[in-house]
Parts: sequence; structure tokens; C-alpha cells
Amino acid sequence: MVHRQRPEYSRRDVLRSGAALAAAAAIAAPGSRALAQGTPAAGSDFDWQRYAGEEIGVLLALSPRSDLLVEHQPEFEELTGIRVNTDVVPEQQQRQKQVIEFTSGNPSFDVTAVSWHVQKGLFGKGGFLLDVREFLEDPAMTAPDYDFADFSQAAINFATQPDGRIDTLPYNIDYWILYWNTELFEQKGVAFPQTFDEMVAAAEALNDPGNGIYGFAARGLKNANTPVWTSFMQGWDAVPVDDQGQLRTTEEPAVAAATLYQTLLANYAPPGVVGFNWNECQTSFAQGTVAMWFDGIGFATPLEDPEQSLVVGKVGYGLQPAGPIAQHSGTFGDGLGISAQSDKHGPAYFYAQWATNKQNQARVLAAGAGAPARNSAYTDPEALANLTVPQEWVDTLIASGEIGLPSLPQIVPVTEFRDIFGIALTNMITGADPAQELAAATEQFRPILEQSQQ
Amino acid sequence: MRRTGSSYRRRDKYLRFVVPALLVIVAVIIFPWVFTVFMSLHDWQVASPRRWVGLANYANLLEDERFRAAIGRTFVYTLLAVVFPVVIGVAAAVVFHREFPLRGLLRSIYILPMVATPVAIALVWTMMFHPQLGVLNYLLSLVGLPPSLWVYSPQTVIPSLVLVETWQWTPLVMLIVLGGLAALPVEPMESAVIDGAGAWQIFRDITLPLVMPFVMVAVVLRTIDALKAFDTIFTITQGGPGVASETINIYLYLQAFSFFRIGHASAVVIVFFVIIVACSLSLLALRQRLRWA
Repeated sequence: MVHRQRPEYSRRDVLRSGAALAAAAAIAAPGSRALAQGTPAAGSDFDWQRYAGEEIGVLLALSPRSDLLVEHQPEFEELTGIRVNTDVVPEQQQRQKQVIEFTSGNPSFDVTAVSWHVQKGLFGKGGFLLDVREFLEDPAMTAPDYDFADFSQAAINFATQPDGRIDTLPYNIDYWILYWNTELFEQKGVAFPQTFDEMVAAAEALNDPGNGIYGFAARGLKNANTPVWTSFMQGWDAVPVDDQGQLRTTEEPAVAAATLYQTLLANYAPPGVVGFNWNECQTSFAQGTVAMWFDGIGFATPLEDPEQSLVVGKVGYGLQPAGPIAQHSGTFGDGLGISAQSDKHGPAYFYAQWATNKQNQARVLAAGAGAPARNSAYTDPEALANLTVPQEWVDTLIASGEIGLPSLPQIVPVTEFRDIFGIALTNMITGADPAQELAAATEQFRPILEQSQQ
Repeated sequence: MRRTGSSYRRRDKYLRFVVPALLVIVAVIIFPWVFTVFMSLHDWQVASPRRWVGLANYANLLEDERFRAAIGRTFVYTLLAVVFPVVIGVAAAVVFHREFPLRGLLRSIYILPMVATPVAIALVWTMMFHPQLGVLNYLLSLVGLPPSLWVYSPQTVIPSLVLVETWQWTPLVMLIVLGGLAALPVEPMESAVIDGAGAWQIFRDITLPLVMPFVMVAVVLRTIDALKAFDTIFTITQGGPGVASETINIYLYLQAFSFFRIGHASAVVIVFFVIIVACSLSLLALRQRLRWA
């Protein structure tokens, strides 16, 4: 039996030091570069065995990245002497389990994966996760080679709450890109689209339903489809909810992006796209029946796997095309958070620190399991030498990082936002007027947003 | 009336048996229900303070067009998911009641869908429904029929889901009715044959009325099951496209576990409970009338 010891850093200790941290927050928020550069100086005497004999619970969402952490977990246990019990649960169920257990006040896990684009607002409002800034600044808690400044600015922004708290350590950034079937493009003599207009023109040129070929695919299923629209909106340099928390979903850019969504999915997508999530899109693209597919960057591995794909070696990885005003890449991401209610903050932080270190981030890149949040991963010679995906994918990933912006609004009721506007988008595919649908959805969502802001 | 010592002892023994069961019922049935009612009277969202709102959640439900549509959809789905399995199940029971070669083997094969895991079945059907790559459209093409969008169209999603439900649960109806047929007396059928009745007449006027109590059991079970159907629908469509297959259960799930609107979801639970009880009581009353008619 493992004895549960009280950690040296309890929640109470951390809260007590909150006043001291307030000043740091003012400097750090939202980017925290200053804090990052304050990472302890190198030293060889970091005590990884400090919590030897402890036992922690980890709750992860099912993904190739989680598989890597589980695979290399013995390495962490040997390094620290901490025993780790990891649960890997499908994403949707993991999110429910987190909220239910946090609300119960006694979660079964000490560390958990957090989807920023879905959970950041809710978890921030509920204070479910530990602010790790004190640990990051403590040489006794953060290894000298951890190098928080190595995380990309986008990742640090994602991990930082509006009040300056850093309640997750960045792990993965997901950029939306345009997958294209190079063979189909060559056959029709079409060039890769650089702009939204060119993307529509290419979809039209490549669409050949008589031969079972469709010009474009993206998510049509409600909720899952909302990021397609919000990412398109970035081409007009617009966001659905502004910094003051006001909805901008009936304005011209929102309607134009919705019209673009409608044009592409109603005219050039496979029949039934109205019920397509990413997996149906992936299947169609991997079977060579779709010329372009707009989605997250994490699908290179299955597309380049001969056992799952008929388009191996024929996949191009391109940036999200430019809109009339701007070119961005819709960005999503995940981090690892420590339960504020845990009584094992120290061992839990050690795990989160190990999981997000340079070596594990390089492993994510080499396996094509996602887009690491650390800059160093993209220059890691070993990771690049062991790539299982094309170099073009890495190049697109790095280029997307330079133009990446969060696609979904960072609000508490983001799931309702996705649901309500997702239904409107689905209706558009079947012929509804974009402006009317957005107006109705906005009226429906406004009171929910306002209530969450009270 | 004075109680004797022995009557007190009897009551003690009685209580010793009753109290544990009573405690369990209070803990797992009564308390959750009282607490659900309590929650339904509050505006209660995760990470937000709880606020008493009385019957406002119920009033909001009445005004919620999406909820009303979900109720209508649930009834349509339930009706179809009861009628098809019952009709086909009764026919299958009549067939399997007769003696013919390999009857036992075929009957075992027939009930296989019922023993499979619903979510696993749903995942397989999802692949089969795929408009371009699914096997169902391939089968349609073999007989010269045009492809269907199945669950990928708002117009065909409910019938497609009913198809899955029918495939899986018709065997249950067959088993129930088959049990009823086996228990029927043979004399009325023999008399009918002697009187010159045809097979259809015997089935319509003798077999079906006699086996009707068993059919009603199947109808009650199927109705309750179809009303609370969730796993298949959620796995295949998640209520989509749009809200075209969003039944009360899917709506409830979204409110409770995606939007974390605990008070609102609790009100849905109460309303849904009332609907299920009303349907079940109506069917049981109908069954009683049929039994004694």
C-alpha cells in the first residue's frame, strides 16, 4: 500500500502566496514571456526523486499523443520514483468526467489533459486548475532544462487565463490546414489555392460527381462544423466574439464566411456532408474521392499509412488560404493541468513538467502525432531525422504557427456556441439563407453568453 | 387494542427485514428523485452559483421550440421503432412456430442481433450507411435502386435509425410471441380446420387474439425501450444532421453533459419521466382490457 503524504506545496500554500504572485501576473499576462525567461538557471542537482514513493492519477483524452505519454511513462516513474495511474478516455467522455469530478470536489485524478478551445473558460471560471506560476519560478520544482520560454507565444497565450493565471502547461497546438490531393490537381491542371476565391474556383474545377470525385470536404455535422466557419472568418480578420465579449456573428465578415462555407459544402462536397464529422471527411479524402479537405493538422499519419489510405504520397499539405483581408490559421490546443483540489500538487507538477519537456515534445513531432507546443521540437535533429510524415507537413505546421490565431472564442459557453451556430451552418448546407440563420442563432445564443458573463 | 409481547417481537422481526430494503430504496430511488426535483427548481450551472428559480425551468421548456420538436421526434421514432419490430417479430414467431428443417439453427441465428452490444452495432451501421463507401448503397445498386443518404440526410435519418432498431430488437418480439404461441391450446385451431377455416382466418380470428396478451407485453417493452433509446442514435448521428434525429434523450444529454445546465436538464428529466410513466400506464391499461375482453 502506498502511503499518501501531504505534499510540501499544498493548495493552501499556493493560495497564501497569491498576493505575491499578483504582481507577477500583471507582468506575465497574457504572454508570460517575462516569467518564462525567469526560468531557473541551469544546475545539475535538481532533485527528481523528491516525491519518490508517491502515487498520482492522470486522466488523458484518447489520442496518439496520449499513447506516447503512456508508452514512455516507465521512464518518468524510474526518474522520479512516483507511481502513475493513467486513464485514457475518449475525448468526449473525458471532458464530461473532468467536469463531473471537479464539481464533486474530489476528482480521482491529479493531472489531466485540458482542451483550451473548449474548457479554458469554464475551468478558469470554476478555478478547477492550479496556477503553476509559483512552481515555474521555483528552482526546486522546475528542472533547469525545462525552459518555459521555449513554448511558442501562441501556446503560452492559450495556457494563460485572462487574469494572468497559468493553469496548464502547453502540450499541443492544432492548426487548421488544407489537405489537397496532388494527383487530382495535376490531372486537371489546377494550382494549389492561395486565396478563398481560388479555393472556390479549384473546388468547382475539380468537382466531378459523375466520376465520384468531389471538390471539397469539411465538417458538416453540427457543433463539429463551427470551427470551419470561425476559421474562414479569420480571412476577414474577424472574430465571432470580440474582446469586450460582444457577439459579432451578424456582421458582414461572419455572413461572408458563412456564405463561403455554404458555397463549398452545398455545391462541391460529397452527398451527405451535412452529417460528416472529421472521420467521414478523412475517410473520403483517404479514398481519393475528395480533392481538398479543410481540417486540423493531425491527420498526416493515417493519410500516409498504406493500410488506411489510398492517397499515400499524393497528399499535399497547404496553409489555410488567405481571405480578402487577412491570412490566418485557425488554432486549437491542449495543455496539461493540475487539479486544484488535489493534495499532491508537487508530484502532479513533476508529471506535467516531464510530459511537456523537450524530449516528449520532439517525440510528438517525430511520430506525426500532433503539433508540439515547443519551438525546439521543430529544430530537433533527432525528431526531424525520425519523421514518419512528409517534410512538407512540418513546413506547413511551422508556417501555420506564424499566422495562427485561436479559432473559437474563449468563452465559458463555447459548447453551446458551437451547437447553436453549428445547427445554423448545417441548415445553410441544405439551402437556408446565411444571414437569416446567423441572425436567429445570434438571438438564441446572446442570452446564454450574457448569463455566463454575469 | 393492547399489543402483546409476541406481536412486538413479530414487528421487530418484520422491521429487520423491511428496513434494509427501505434504506436502499430511499438511497437509490427516492433521494435521487427528490434531489432531481430540487435541482430542477434552480438555475444551476457548473462553475456558477445555484439560484432558486421555482418553476422557471419548466416554463422555459414549454417555450423551447427545440425541446418541443425533440418530443415530437421522440414519439415518431418510438411509434416506428415499435410498429416495425412488432409486426415483423409476430410474423417471424408464426414462422418459427412451425416445424421445418434446421429450425433451431435458424432461430438461433435470428436472435443474434439482440445479443450484440448496441454501440458496437451502431459503429458498424455507421460505416454501412456511408453514402459513398457504405455497403448499403452498393447493395441498392445491385438491384438497380438509386443510392440513399441514409443517416446523412435530415429526411431519411429517422427511418434509417429505425432500421437499426428494427434489425436489433425484432428478435426480442419474436421470442416473446413465440413463447405465447407455444403455450396456446391446439383445440381451437383443430376445430377451425374441421369447420373449414383457412390459414389466414385461423391466424386472424383465433391465433392473434389468443396471443395478443403476449404481443402487448412486447409492445410495452418495446415502447419503453424505444422511448429511452440513446446509445444507437448518439453513436450514429449525435442527434444530427442538424437536430433531425435529436430525441428527448439526446437533448437531455446535451443539456446535462455538454452544456452542464444542471437545473434545466433536471426539469427535462422530470418531464420525460412523466411522459414515460403516462405511456407505460396507458399501454398496461390497454393490455388489461385486451386480456379480459
